[in-house]
Amino acid sequence: MGIDSLKRSLWVFHVNSGSCNGCDIEIIAALTPRYDAERFGIKLVGTPRHADVLLITGPVTKQMKEEVLRVYAQTPDPKVVMVIGNCGSTGGVFYESYNIDGPVDKLFPVDVYVTGCPPRPEAIIEGVVKAWKKLESLEAGK
Amino acid sequence: MNLLTGAIASLLLVPIFVVVGIFLGLLFRGIDRKLGARMQARVGPPVRQPFIDLRKLLMKENMVPRHAIGWVFNSAPVIALVSALLLLLYLPLFGFAPLLEGYGDLILIMYLLMVPAIALAIGGFSSGSTYASVGAQRELVLMMSYEFALAVVTVTIAFIVSLANPLLNAFSLATLAALPVWELAGPIGAIGLVLLLLALMLVMPAELGRIPGDIAEAKTEIADGVLVEYSGRNLALFNLAQDVRTIAFAALVVAFFFPYNIAPHFITLEGSAGMIANAAFFLIKLFIVVFAGSIFVHVAVARFRVDQAAKTYWGPVLGIALVGMALAIFGAMMVI
Ligand code: SF4
Repeated sequence: MGIDSLKRSLWVFHVNSGSCNGCDIEIIAALTPRYDAERFGIKLVGTPRHADVLLITGPVTKQMKEEVLRVYAQTPDPKVVMVIGNCGSTGGVFYESYNIDGPVDKLFPVDVYVTGCPPRPEAIIEGVVKAWKKLESLEAGK
Repeated sequence: MNLLTGAIASLLLVPIFVVVGIFLGLLFRGIDRKLGARMQARVGPPVRQPFIDLRKLLMKENMVPRHAIGWVFNSAPVIALVSALLLLLYLPLFGFAPLLEGYGDLILIMYLLMVPAIALAIGGFSSGSTYASVGAQRELVLMMSYEFALAVVTVTIAFIVSLANPLLNAFSLATLAALPVWELAGPIGAIGLVLLLLALMLVMPAELGRIPGDIAEAKTEIADGVLVEYSGRNLALFNLAQDVRTIAFAALVVAFFFPYNIAPHFITLEGSAGMIANAAFFLIKLFIVVFAGSIFVHVAVARFRVDQAAKTYWGPVLGIALVGMALAIFGAMMVI
């Protein structure tokens, strides 16, 4: 019940797991009036407790691993995990580096990967649309 | 017997008030977000977005943090929503007299207006998060700042009514609705009343926790503050309480300053047609108040720091209210 309302009201929490800030700037760009993500009910929230979508940037450094896991646990179900950027998807330029514990899908299942270093805001919005599709398939599966 | 049937009839009306109050609250929030977006040259979410958000939040998991005091944490949102809805029963809505007329007066309304804010602060303190505690302290500081100005406005209105009609109960909302203050205060008093109205509109954003008075929730500073640990159903209840309180506060402003009905004074409509005209007119008044006091303000300005808020409400706003009080009472005394 109500999964369809989740599609029109995705509240996003942004986790930086040690990124270079490039992806973070693009996420903020996707939320500016030019792209106006609020049209689709997408809203940036300040705490994982309010979130439906976790936007994770960065390759998960050793320092950030516990925090990222904790934020994941603090997000109420049902939730969608999106990884923004090459770093979080594969390790990117930090691939097999000594100080990372990532990429993100080593820690918990990831639903949408948005690649690019950094990805354009359009790509991020397309990723959110894919998150809708995932929710649709969840609904159809039930 | 008559009294009993009357009481039962008003009991039956309570669910209608609850539904209408929640519906109006969400609708006004939707209009708020849409208009705010349009003023920033965006398309904005659909007007029914708050309804979608509510459905979604009710479906989400409701988490209670490990360090929270469970029963306080869970009951605070319920108390907030119930007291906000209770407010509606004591206020004149849609041109009708209040449902519980005679059972409570302005003083009770002032207390009920405070309860959701206190519930929010208690919920914040009980959630065991540092951010929430900071937010709750801010909420209390803010409340202490604007409450005095609000009280000055309220007492002045009641005092003017009682000056003109010492025999009536000046704290009753029905009396206020029947005797518009503008007619009692005379020309000098009218200037004072304008100042009082201004003070009340300046209190409105702080009372409703909207920008510039949203320092207790300040998303970008303290991560949603008091609400930081709330999720799912509890968050939905708090949001609803906030929306309903917007309607209640706007209805209070309307009852103080614009109690006029459109029928049968201005257009000659009798019976149910007149009632519908009055209800529509009430909605227009409500919208104008919410627009001027909340929607326009939160697009136009940025958030106060907590010390700025305290200074503003203890300084200029209280000053406006006090000058307004002096002028209004002086004017009213000249008239009699
Ligand atoms: S993907 Fe590129 S832009 Fe994004 S955080 Fe990694 S290095 Fe920075």
